[in-house]
Amino acid sequence: MTDTAAESPRTRVPAVDGWFTMDDEPRLLGTRCSETGTVFFPPETTMSRAPGHATATLEPVELSRTGKVWSYTNAGYRPPEPYVAVTDPHVPFCIAAVELEAEQIVVLGQCVAGVTVDDLSVGTEVELVLDTLYSDDAHDYVVWKWRPIGWTGASGEVA
Amino acid sequence: MVDDIAIVGVGMHPWGKWGRNFVEYGVAAIRDAIADAGIDYRDIQFVAGADTMRNGYPGYVAGATFAQAMGWTGIPVTSAYGACASGAMALDAARQRILSGLCDVALVVGADTTPKGFLAPQKGERQADPDWLRFRLLGATNPTYFALNARRRMDLYGATQEDFAAVKVKNARHGLNNPYARYRKEFSPEDVAASPVVSDPLRLMDICATSDGGAALIVASMEWARAHGFADPVRIKAVSTTTPTFPNTIIEMPNFASDSAAGLPAPARTFKQAIGDAAYAEAGLGPDDVDVAEVYDLSTALELDWYEDLGFCGPGEAEQLLRDGVTTLGGRLPVNPSGGLACFGEAVPAQAIAQVCELAWQLRGQATGRQAEGAKVGITANQGLFGHGSSVIVAR
Repeated sequence: MTDTAAESPRTRVPAVDGWFTMDDEPRLLGTRCSETGTVFFPPETTMSRAPGHATATLEPVELSRTGKVWSYTNAGYRPPEPYVAVTDPHVPFCIAAVELEAEQIVVLGQCVAGVTVDDLSVGTEVELVLDTLYSDDAHDYVVWKWRPIGWTGASGEVA
Repeated sequence: MVDDIAIVGVGMHPWGKWGRNFVEYGVAAIRDAIADAGIDYRDIQFVAGADTMRNGYPGYVAGATFAQAMGWTGIPVTSAYGACASGAMALDAARQRILSGLCDVALVVGADTTPKGFLAPQKGERQADPDWLRFRLLGATNPTYFALNARRRMDLYGATQEDFAAVKVKNARHGLNNPYARYRKEFSPEDVAASPVVSDPLRLMDICATSDGGAALIVASMEWARAHGFADPVRIKAVSTTTPTFPNTIIEMPNFASDSAAGLPAPARTFKQAIGDAAYAEAGLGPDDVDVAEVYDLSTALELDWYEDLGFCGPGEAEQLLRDGVTTLGGRLPVNPSGGLACFGEAVPAQAIAQVCELAWQLRGQATGRQAEGAKVGITANQGLFGHGSSVIVAR
């Protein structure tokens, strides 16, 4: 997987269907309970989980693109399958739990490659971007990731 | 408040990485519990098994598996699965049978054989399974979730990695003389600091291993216990298997997000607080009554969370409680005198039962080398995969 994206003949496809838009300014896709305004991510499609509101309709909703870090960590070891290894040896990547103010929900996501725990604090403002999660011969599988706003690249040692 | 039931027998198979059939561990624990009670297996009128998900079909019907292994006696069985709370759910099933008058004496048993390394989901392409997807889309392991909570403690309360290491040092020392513990070795703060980072800020020695093990309880009605010579048995005062209240605003393993609080207000008490609240309410006791506790230290930092969630101290005060030695053996409220998961590693369906076994030994004064002196009331607590947690209160 040494090809750069520009040279890649592969098609960009979402790694999971219906959870986010594929725009330049991507949004997570949730649903909203018509009676309470509660938002569900991943999108709930069967019924509202707000107790007592089973008859409410679930409306598609795009979630806020930016939020604040609620907490964060990294993966010091390569996670087990079905995680798809993208580097050998494993390079630690960060995972952030991000609070979206309007929705009052905390959503997990990997951070873009190069972000280290030193770049993050509780409260750090981040934005949603798309990035390749893994690839095969024909496809780049794309997923949402968090990136600190104003982050310009790897700080400290570059892996 | 509900009526008490009696613990008349306890037994465990040592935790380790033995690599044998889980049924062997369970049977060994059952035989020890029966010998401890001084009864015959044929006296038992109900079997409640806690399931293991990693050992094929026999693990999914643990109650029947153990009843068969002990030799069928025609009694009813049940099998319970609730992740880390499985053992408490099995205990609750046995308690319900006893309190409703459907039986007098019941066996509760759980055992596991675990693979090495990170707990991973089942194989196959399972796009509708959040437990599969969190590994595929996020690379989020169980320690990922433990670490998010640990980082919150550091940010909100000023906890340090040295505080977390101190939990490991304490529990390692507690477990030194426990014959059922897998790891019986002292660790220094430097040892913990020298272990590799698994999920920042947690290091390898902050995170519990997965283990093989088995634990069993014989429980009975108070009437039966008295009639059979148990004058002052350890009693079960409460079994809480509470679920969260919507919206649960703390992100739970293996979920991708918390519930949203944009529609309905968040409950006043968090899920983990509610687990202990329900147990205290059922027992008619409070945190001030507790003399000893066995809590789930899946990570060192999570033990500190439990101090607060069980009301041993206020929010942000757990580190001080630890530093003051309150939760160390010899302190006012020893936590994890067994050595906890730090010394055991987790054998999922056996663990909640093992917590109760340890408290039974503590309250009987039989916890040689790790005794919380004069303990009269003990509480257990655990929580794992979303919506599963339990707390048991015992007293003598």
